[in-house]
Amino acid sequence: MLLLGLVIAGGAYYAFAPKPAEAQEVTANDVEAGRDLFLIGCASCHGKNATGIETERGNNYGPSLIGVGAASVDFQVGTGRMPLAQTAPQAPSKNPEYTEEETRQLSAYIASLAPGPAIPDGEYTDIDKANVDDIREGGELFRANCTACHNSVGAGGAMPGGKYAPSIKGVSAKHIAEAMITGPQQMPVFSDDVITPEDKRNIIAYVKQVQDQPNYGGLGGGGLGPVVDGMFTWIIGIGGLIIASIWIGAHGARVKKKS
Amino acid sequence: MSDELQPVSDTEPIKDPGLAEHQFRPQDVDESQAKRTERQIAWMFRIAGLLFFGFCVAYFAVDIDATFLGWSAQNFAFGMTLGGGLLLIGVGIIQWAKKLMGDHEMVEMRHPSASSEEDRVAVMKDINAGIEESGFGRRPMIRNSLLGSMALLGLPAVVLLRDLGPLPHSQRETVWKKGMRLVNDVTGTPIKPSDMQVGQLVNGQPAIVYETDADGEAVLHGTELLQVKSKASIIVVRMRPEDITASKGRENWGVDGILCFSKICTHVGCPISLWEQQTHHLLCPCHQSTFDLGDNGKVIFGPAHRPLPQLPLGVDEEGYLIAMSDFPEIIAPSYPELARDQKKLDNKS
Amino acid sequence: MSTTEQYTPIQDTGVGKKAAGPVGWLDDRLGLAGVAKKNLRKVFPEHWSFMLGEIALWSFVVLLLTGVFLTFWFQPSMTEVEYHGSYLPFNGLEMSQAYKSTLDISFDIRGGLLIRQIHHWAAALFIAAMIAHMLRVFFTGAYRKPREINWLIGVGLFSLGLVEGFAGYSLPDDLLSGTGLRFVDGLIRSIPLVGSYLEFFIFGGEFPGDEIIPRLYMAHILLIPAILLGLIGAHMLLLVYHKHTQWPGPGRTEQNVVGYPMLPVYAAKAGGFFFVVFGFTALMGALLQINPVWVYGPYNPSEVTAGSQPDWYMGFSEGLVRLMPGWESTFFNYTWSWNVFIPGVGGLTGLFVILGAWPFIEQWITGDKRDHHLLQRPRNAPVRTALGVAGMTAYGVAWAAGGNDIIATKFHMDIYTLTNIFRVGFFVFPIIAFMVTKRICIGLQRADANRILHGYETGVIERSPDGGFSERHAPLPASQQYTLTAHDRVPVLEAPAETDENGVAAPHSRKEKVRAKLQALYYRDTLDKPTTEDVQHAEEHLGEIDGHPVELGDEFQGVSETGVPRVH
Repeated sequence: MLLLGLVIAGGAYYAFAPKPAEAQEVTANDVEAGRDLFLIGCASCHGKNATGIETERGNNYGPSLIGVGAASVDFQVGTGRMPLAQTAPQAPSKNPEYTEEETRQLSAYIASLAPGPAIPDGEYTDIDKANVDDIREGGELFRANCTACHNSVGAGGAMPGGKYAPSIKGVSAKHIAEAMITGPQQMPVFSDDVITPEDKRNIIAYVKQVQDQPNYGGLGGGGLGPVVDGMFTWIIGIGGLIIASIWIGAHGARVKKKS
Repeated sequence: MSDELQPVSDTEPIKDPGLAEHQFRPQDVDESQAKRTERQIAWMFRIAGLLFFGFCVAYFAVDIDATFLGWSAQNFAFGMTLGGGLLLIGVGIIQWAKKLMGDHEMVEMRHPSASSEEDRVAVMKDINAGIEESGFGRRPMIRNSLLGSMALLGLPAVVLLRDLGPLPHSQRETVWKKGMRLVNDVTGTPIKPSDMQVGQLVNGQPAIVYETDADGEAVLHGTELLQVKSKASIIVVRMRPEDITASKGRENWGVDGILCFSKICTHVGCPISLWEQQTHHLLCPCHQSTFDLGDNGKVIFGPAHRPLPQLPLGVDEEGYLIAMSDFPEIIAPSYPELARDQKKLDNKS
Repeated sequence: MSTTEQYTPIQDTGVGKKAAGPVGWLDDRLGLAGVAKKNLRKVFPEHWSFMLGEIALWSFVVLLLTGVFLTFWFQPSMTEVEYHGSYLPFNGLEMSQAYKSTLDISFDIRGGLLIRQIHHWAAALFIAAMIAHMLRVFFTGAYRKPREINWLIGVGLFSLGLVEGFAGYSLPDDLLSGTGLRFVDGLIRSIPLVGSYLEFFIFGGEFPGDEIIPRLYMAHILLIPAILLGLIGAHMLLLVYHKHTQWPGPGRTEQNVVGYPMLPVYAAKAGGFFFVVFGFTALMGALLQINPVWVYGPYNPSEVTAGSQPDWYMGFSEGLVRLMPGWESTFFNYTWSWNVFIPGVGGLTGLFVILGAWPFIEQWITGDKRDHHLLQRPRNAPVRTALGVAGMTAYGVAWAAGGNDIIATKFHMDIYTLTNIFRVGFFVFPIIAFMVTKRICIGLQRADANRILHGYETGVIERSPDGGFSERHAPLPASQQYTLTAHDRVPVLEAPAETDENGVAAPHSRKEKVRAKLQALYYRDTLDKPTTEDVQHAEEHLGEIDGHPVELGDEFQGVSETGVPRVH
């Protein structure tokens, strides 16, 4: 029954998820179009040749993109993190500025500069292929590698300096896989040599399972755990029972005299 | 009724006007109001009864896997019927008390908490008689030997607890030793330096965790496995070699910028793996102690005191990452004998 | 018991005929009529704040009932098993018996999830209600003589409640409870000199061992509940013996208690409230998910989740540990982990010691050894109220610090900055809170004095012939005037005698000086209530504003929106 729910939920999810880009051939035209887009939208920070721009203090204004690979571009642009709206401790995800087609062209251009991690194969982002045992193992890997930052339901968590591990709710399987391969911003890399593409698919399948399964016990606190429980205890529990106490102690309607 | 006991005081600016005149409820005055209230309360009890019946129906009718609003339908049905029924009973009873039961405020006099003086005198006399007749005061030898033996009775009580656990043994060592491979947690695959990119984090374990004996049974399991993991878990990270400032004696503990640290926080032992690949800071999610892995695991914020222990790395003939020794520092939260144990560890190396 | 009404003898009434037999039968054997006579119609005063302790009591009963249900299936064992229950994402996962049986209760026992959630909500409410009750008792001075022992029992209940809650939180052996136990392991280890011994004895070896859950289970279902039950019994007995405190008011004095009789009104209200509390927790269990152990996974010492928190009542302790700088030192070849010991062990002990000692400290400072049965309004004890609010502020800062990671992510703040603010705030905010609260109390005292002496503001604005505007005041009803003045006067403070009656320097004079200073501080700025002369003087002039007498009867109840006096 649960498995059935899982399959339905997974299927529904898959239907709405962006189609993996791997099916399309990368052509010279794509690279050319990507270069044009890059020069207009990205070069001001990343430099005309994508080698990055250094500030006077030796920091990167925009880092070099040589060798970051198509996966990195697809993740950063596809989740709207790039282009950056303003300087902040961390680039937030927002509505993508570029269409899927444009993102594909940008990825093709950056990938043409130097070899780097490619956009994962659709086979490894198709969580329907994960069976019950795969999901269990994905869960173990998730708890060993991911929950420390992203929390056990992927609700995200705090990092120093105003940074944070973002929520991974509603993030597509492809983007989660790309994040693991490329290690965007402060996130470490989880390379395919150590966490294999199948492992990654299993991790994603487990995350989606945990996020899409029912909140069996009722209204959840967004997976934030005991802090929210404590709030409910005081506001709803004690608050509600004090209202009851006031009612019990209240004197109610009175009339002047007994007729 | 009680005012005659209240001492009249000149310092009180306002005199006690006494209990206010009783005011009647609509139900006291108008029998039809009372009847209506009675009907209301009776309906509460009846609906509560129906809800309890509904609970039983739900118990057999609602499937354990069914969902409602994305919640367990059973949990919802049981809770709403049970909770609703209980609430109605409670509200009904209270409404009964408020609207229909006797409504006259009563006055009861307080009595001093202390007993009367003659009672106290009598009790003191009795106690004195007890002391006197027993000779408790006059015969100190018998009294003191009794007290002494009672005190010694505490000893068996404490000694009996001795087998609660073994005496603390040295916590210096973990299962790491020279030549043991680093393996990825959960999958148990050994790691080659080339598997790791700059900025990579591997949550690892010592190879012994995944070793099996001749019958294919895991060497470690159950509690023993958890005890091993709670000391020997590691994180392996790769940084650019120029980002690492190894302190003296640690220059060759890494392999091409790959360093290995204990995953167990030196504060109270939470496993830490919140690694920022650009700043090389490692944050503990429990109490926010932060360690700089580019700087020998030094504490840069939070309640931890000791730096994160580092494991010296090497590569075996097959090219896999191995430990070159056990941790040279003590793992996990501090304990009183830590300083002593650390000294022994230092002398050994 | 002074009631003038006469009732028919029990056997002559319709229901009584049936009851008279059993009552007689029981009394023949137990002779309880003597006790029952005194207590069946015992009077309890009525006020909503007197019911906070009742919430705690009834939550405890709910805990007992639901707890018994859970024991039918829960298996307190750390033996490793492979899971093959209904929750498929864990199919084939290795876990402890304890965790597996918790999953079974949640997914395979019908109603198990509901009872588990009711149990957890009731536990959270139990402690919250104890704290709310304790604050009520504190701020109204209800702990004063002769109730100090009952206050101490209350502190005992509170501390045991925390331990009981923590033990329960640890039992399911999920990732959160294991992380909590790991923290406690660190806490025990940090105890100077004996830490390692205690750790090995409590855990039955090195952490985590395989003994801790069975042992905590014993404590959770037998040892601590038994002590709690005993203490609750003693708490209630003393409540009955002392009779409940009451708010001052017309006809309510230190010598009497005014209210409704236990049988039937109070029994019905209290009994009904049990059903309300039970029903309320059941609805919470139906609608609000608590501690979904299945998302955390089984305990594994190499795993942790972001947002690892204890249940809310341990939050302040967790927060103190987060705020503490990393101090550790080595003396005499021993390691002393102040960073864990001071906030962890010291914080908890400190809280209970301060709470337990306060009534005696206050008594020593004020020198007030009289019995008190009338409650004080918080404003009439400004220093106590301000100290209470300062304490709550310190607790609140520590509590917030225990959730600093959640605050940081939800409000997009830097977690280090937040920690540093709390580090300073833990010391500074309570001082500010103290000053502000004390001023508010004194301001409220002034407002009370004004209402007694100058009446209340009617809202009627008058214009005098020369164009000035003024608001009419009308005298308060006598009952309200009395209620506002029914509290103790500020005592006249005297410097301690330097010498005893023989003219010899008093041995305790230094201590007495300290006491006198504290006493002066305790009463400083406290506004005394008006004297009889004040009131008489004011009465002569009240009703004359600018020489115009106010013709407002007792019936006057303010003005309507159009400015017409509302009289009914």
